[in-house]
Amino acid sequence: MRKRVGAIRALGRKIGRPVKLMEVCGTHTMAAFRSGLRHLLPENVSLLSGPGCPVCVTPNEYLDRAIAIAEQSDTMVATFGDMVRVPGTRESLETVRAGGARIHVVYSPAEAVVFARENPGTRVVFLGVGFETTTPAIAWTIKEAAGNQVDNYSVLCGHKTIPRAMSALCAAGELDLDGFICPGHVSIVIGADAYGPVCRECGLPCVVTGFEAADMLQGVEMLLRQIAENRSEVENQYTRCVRDKGNTTALGLIEEVFEQCDASWRGIGVIPGSGLKIRGCFAAHDADRVFEKISVPPGRERSGCICGQVMRGIKTPHDCALFGKACTPSQPVGACMVSSEGTCAAYYKYARKNGDME
Amino acid sequence: MCLAVPAKIVAIEADTATIDVDGVRRPVNVSLVRDPKVGEYVIVHAGFAIQKWSESDVDEWRKIQEEMHSLE
Ligand code: SF4
Repeated sequence: MRKRVGAIRALGRKIGRPVKLMEVCGTHTMAAFRSGLRHLLPENVSLLSGPGCPVCVTPNEYLDRAIAIAEQSDTMVATFGDMVRVPGTRESLETVRAGGARIHVVYSPAEAVVFARENPGTRVVFLGVGFETTTPAIAWTIKEAAGNQVDNYSVLCGHKTIPRAMSALCAAGELDLDGFICPGHVSIVIGADAYGPVCRECGLPCVVTGFEAADMLQGVEMLLRQIAENRSEVENQYTRCVRDKGNTTALGLIEEVFEQCDASWRGIGVIPGSGLKIRGCFAAHDADRVFEKISVPPGRERSGCICGQVMRGIKTPHDCALFGKACTPSQPVGACMVSSEGTCAAYYKYARKNGDME
Repeated sequence: MCLAVPAKIVAIEADTATIDVDGVRRPVNVSLVRDPKVGEYVIVHAGFAIQKWSESDVDEWRKIQEEMHSLE
């Protein structure tokens, strides 16, 4: 590892100009802080956090809709724990739960189907948010429910795909980035080859990277080497988990249950083709159709919260006037402070003062 | 939500396997990996195995762990 740090420093000197690398995935943001990686990098190499926190990119309108559904009679919302405390436009799932709504936190979406089967009188709605790592599991639950006539199980689909978001960030032209640290676990499903278009469209090196400190150091070294040699290619550091073509079983299941659609990202807006919706043949399990009659007003973001710009990589939490004051993990104002993968939560935990970064 | 550690399959019944990570056992859905077998290692996300690890992958992971501990 020491040798690697030496190599990174040498590459930093060789490049000789500021280099910005984006870690797309929230787990990388956390790992980079936890392992002290940021302190090991040369002065001219900095890490930016990207849009890879599922809860953070889910717009308030989705949450508001989930809350409205949870308030229906004979209905239970099942969700991963991270979603519960995220503030929507007016309420959070947590506050409506205190008011009597049934919100059930699950570890695996499979539990939600089992619950639905055992409680036929309850409409069970799973909050399907997340990227390609999570999507196949949700696809499995929909097929399982369809195959076993569990008619009271549906999914409120807010799934998104990562490579499109990366291309959109580049196309927006606000960032001057030098490379992408591509998410390890999304890549297990989609495969390293999936970054080919991003790499070509953005003209940036992409390195699929694992989550151990040693992985991240090697990933950064591979990126810097590409930059020093003026290359922009897709490389895979995380070969012990990620294959070129990904997990074809999981990809096949996603394809069977979902189709591509435009999706709205918090703070970024609509990115064409970056979302997934449930195919018509599974309409009975699509909460958007089951609860068609429920409509919510357009969502609003909390005033003062710059979560969206943080996710676009153009601001850091330190630029937010509320950070660490009005907004803390125990009293979060925005989604980026709630999720364990959120950038504001990571900064709060590891770099509360601005100077902690350097 | 994602365990980046190898989880060993100790039993399988239909779609569900029991995995063991450091002595802690948990049920995991194995429909997303091809032909899972007892004794193999998987990586788990949200209660689903999303990839198998080969023996050499597990060895590589162990080496990384040892290297990191030796630095602490
Ligand atoms: S610190 Fe809180 S209010 Fe500020 S951007 Fe982050 S989540 Fe939003």
